[in-house]
Amino acid sequence: MKSKSTVLALLAALVALVVVGCGGGSSDEAGGSDSGNDDASTKLSLVAYAVPKVGFDKIIPAFQATPEGRGVGFSQSYGASGDQSRKVEAGLETDVVNFSVEPDVTRLVDAGLVDTDWNANEHRGIPFGSVVTIVVRRGNPLGIRDWDDLLRDGVEVVTPNPFSSGSAKWNLLAPYADKSNGGRDPQAGLDYLQRLIGEHIRVQPRSGREATETFLQGTGDVLLSYENEAYFIEEQGEEVEHINPAVTFKIENPVAVVNRTKFPRETQAFVDYLYTPEAQRLWAEAGFRPVDTTVAADFTDKFPEPETLWTIEDLGGWGSVNDELFDEENGSVAQIYDEATS
Amino acid sequence: MSTVVQARPESGARRRGRRARSYGGGVGPLGIGVATLWLSIIVLLPLAAVLAKSLEDGPAGLWDAITAPSARAALILTVAISAVVALINVVVGTLIAWVLVRDEFPGKGFVNALIDLPFALPTIVASIVLLSLYGPNSPVDIDLYATRPALVIALLFVTLPFVVRSVQPVLIEVDREAEQAAASLGAGNWTIFRRIVLPALVPALLGGAGLAFARAIGEFGSVVLIGGGIPRETEVASQYIAKQIEIDRPESAAAVSVALLIIAFVVLFALRLAASRTQRHERG
Repeated sequence: MKSKSTVLALLAALVALVVVGCGGGSSDEAGGSDSGNDDASTKLSLVAYAVPKVGFDKIIPAFQATPEGRGVGFSQSYGASGDQSRKVEAGLETDVVNFSVEPDVTRLVDAGLVDTDWNANEHRGIPFGSVVTIVVRRGNPLGIRDWDDLLRDGVEVVTPNPFSSGSAKWNLLAPYADKSNGGRDPQAGLDYLQRLIGEHIRVQPRSGREATETFLQGTGDVLLSYENEAYFIEEQGEEVEHINPAVTFKIENPVAVVNRTKFPRETQAFVDYLYTPEAQRLWAEAGFRPVDTTVAADFTDKFPEPETLWTIEDLGGWGSVNDELFDEENGSVAQIYDEATS
Repeated sequence: MSTVVQARPESGARRRGRRARSYGGGVGPLGIGVATLWLSIIVLLPLAAVLAKSLEDGPAGLWDAITAPSARAALILTVAISAVVALINVVVGTLIAWVLVRDEFPGKGFVNALIDLPFALPTIVASIVLLSLYGPNSPVDIDLYATRPALVIALLFVTLPFVVRSVQPVLIEVDREAEQAAASLGAGNWTIFRRIVLPALVPALLGGAGLAFARAIGEFGSVVLIGGGIPRETEVASQYIAKQIEIDRPESAAAVSVALLIIAFVVLFALRLAASRTQRHERG
C-alpha cells in the first residue's frame, strides 16, 4: 500500500517537473522571437573586456539621448577579454564587441562573425585607448619609478593571466618593448619578463578587473594596469596612486560590430557615435585616452605624454606579436608564463 | 518508562516492515525504468561527457594535465583541507547534534533551524561575508585573506549541516535503556558514550563525513574570494578548474575534474563499505 502511493507521488512529481520544464522552454522561445521581430524593443548586447564599464556607463545614456539612440536598450557583459571573445565565438548572442586587444577581434573575423573591414575607418576600429601604468600603495612606500624597480628583491607584482586577459598582454608588452628597445633585441625583453614572471608574480587573476580587486584586497606591492583603471580606483578613494613610467606602451582597445546582429543600423550608429567629439570627451572624462586629436588636446594635463611611448606597430603589429610572444604552443612569453606557473 | 515500552515494539515493527519491503514490495519495472532513465540523464551522461572531454588528448594528456605542478598542488591541497574539514565536522557536528537532541534550552527550535541555513545561502555571499569579517579590513582584526585557515573556515561553514543532520536522527533513536543500564552498572559518561552510543552513531558519522568531504572538494563559491586563489598556496581544485576554462584549456579542466570525481567516489565508496561493515558487526 505504502510503497504504491510513494511511487504515485514520485511519478506525479516527475510529470510536474516535465510539464514545468516544457512550459518554461516554449515560453522562452516565444519571448526570444518576439523581441527579435519587434522594433520597439531594440536591445543591443554589448560584450566587452573587464574595465570599460565606467566609460560605457557615461556613453550609453548619452547615446540614448541622441536621435539615433532613442529607444535603444543595452545589455552589457564585462569579463576577461580573451574569455569574452571565446564566448562570442562559441555563440553568445552579441551585437557589438569591445575587447582589450585586437587578436580577440581577429578571432571573430576568422570565425566569420566580424567583417574583415571592421578596422577600415580613420581610427582603425579603435575609439579609445590608454597607456600601461604602474599602480602602487599611496605614498609609494617602495619608491617605484620604472620597470627596473619591479625586479628589486621582495617586490610582488600583480598582473592578470595573459591567457585570459588582454590587460595582461599590454602589461607584459610595456616592459618588453622598453627592454628590447622596441623589439630590436627580443632576448633582452624576454630576459626581463623571465625574471618578472618567475620571481615577482605570485597570483594569476583572470582579468584586469580581478587583478585590481586582488591588489585592493592587499595582495602585492605593485599593480600593472590600464591608466584608466588607475584613475577609476583613485576616484573611488582607494589608498593607491599611479606612476606612468617614462617609457611605456600605448593601449588600443578595439570596438567592432558583430555581423549577425539583428540591429545592424542601430549597432553601426552606436559604434559611429563612439568617435564623435561628444563621446570622445566622455571617454576622456572616464579616464580613457581619446583618439580625436582636438578632444585630446583639451586633456593634456590628465593624460601627459610619456617620454617614450611604444606602440604595437613598433613591435610589428598584433599579428606577429601574438604569434611570436603569446601563441599558446610556441609563444615565447606564453612559454615563460607556463613554466613559471604550471 | 511508558515511552520506552512504547518505543520498542514500534521500532521492531519498522525493522520488520523495512525488511519486508526490500524483499517484496519493489516498485516494479516502471519504477526501475524511471529511476534508471533519471540517473542516466541527470548523472551518468554528464559524467561520461566530462570523462570524454578529459580524454580528448588521450590518456597521456589526461595524466599530464593532472600531474602538472600547479594542478597537483591544487588537488593535494583540496583533498587535505577537505579531510581536515570532514574531521572537524565529525567532532563538532556530533557535539551539536548531541546538544540539539539531549539538551533542553530556550531557543532550541531556532538553533535547530539555523543549522540548515548554510545550505540556503549562495556560497559566493558566504565568501563575501567571510572576506569582510576575516579579510584585510576585518572589524575583529583577524586577517586570514589568502591563507589556508581561511579555506578551512569557508568550507566548515558550507559543510556544517551534513554531519549534524545525519547524526541527529540516529541519536534520537538510540536506545536510552542501554545507557541507563550501563550507568547503573557503574560506567562513566565517557565509557557510556564510547561503548554504547558511539558504535550506533558510526555509520551516520561516516556517511555525514563522506558527504561533507565530497562537498568540500568540489566547493567553489565560498572559497573563491576569501581564499585568494594563489597557485600552489591557496588555490583549490575548483578554482584551478575555473581558471583553466577561462584560459581556454577545457581538456585540462575536465582532467582535473575527473581526478576530483575519482577521489570523491573512492572516498564515498570506502566510507559506505566501512559503515555497512560496522553495521553488520553491530547486528552480529
